[in-house]
Amino acid sequence: MTKSELIEILVDRHDQLSVKDIELSVKTMLDHMTESLSQGDRIEIRGFGSFSLHYRAPRTGRNPKTGESVALDAKYVPHFKPGKELREQVNDSIQK
Amino acid sequence: MSSLTKAEMAERLNEELGLNKREAKEMVESFFDEIRACLADNEQVKLSGFGNFDLRDKRQRPGRNPKTGEEVPIAARRVVTFRPGQKLKDRVETYAGDGAE
Repeated sequence: MTKSELIEILVDRHDQLSVKDIELSVKTMLDHMTESLSQGDRIEIRGFGSFSLHYRAPRTGRNPKTGESVALDAKYVPHFKPGKELREQVNDSIQK
Repeated sequence: MSSLTKAEMAERLNEELGLNKREAKEMVESFFDEIRACLADNEQVKLSGFGNFDLRDKRQRPGRNPKTGEEVPIAARRVVTFRPGQKLKDRVETYAGDGAE
């Protein structure tokens, strides 16, 4: 499912709202989530899961083309931990 | 450190887009519900700019009860993994950190 397919489903589910409102809602929610993570805040959605940042220590990498070493700074990467409900529903689908 | 919740996401939809409080709450609920339903149906979810939720099947593997040391097989299972998109990675990478970790 892509973002536009998700929007179509939400349009069907919320017939009192315009397509424009739904498109803007999805954009606003994803921007809000990105903004929170970029400020170092977690996202906690009960039943779905939580997003947080994981630290990556600085390291020396290599340019794969030239073999030259490159110093890579420490950074943060987004991490998602599925919640219990999502984990169970996804795992149950293996039986089908 | 604070965390973002569904209530705050709904509040923003109310304030910025003018959805009424009930509509805003239902929108946030159905957004996560539909993503979950899709994954529970064994279908990947791709939200461009944000990231992809992928599904991976793990084979059965030997495990151990850490208390008793007894060998217990860990059953085959299906798990969700999240791969952040380039835009999200770029936005987060520059976070200066709070000295934690």
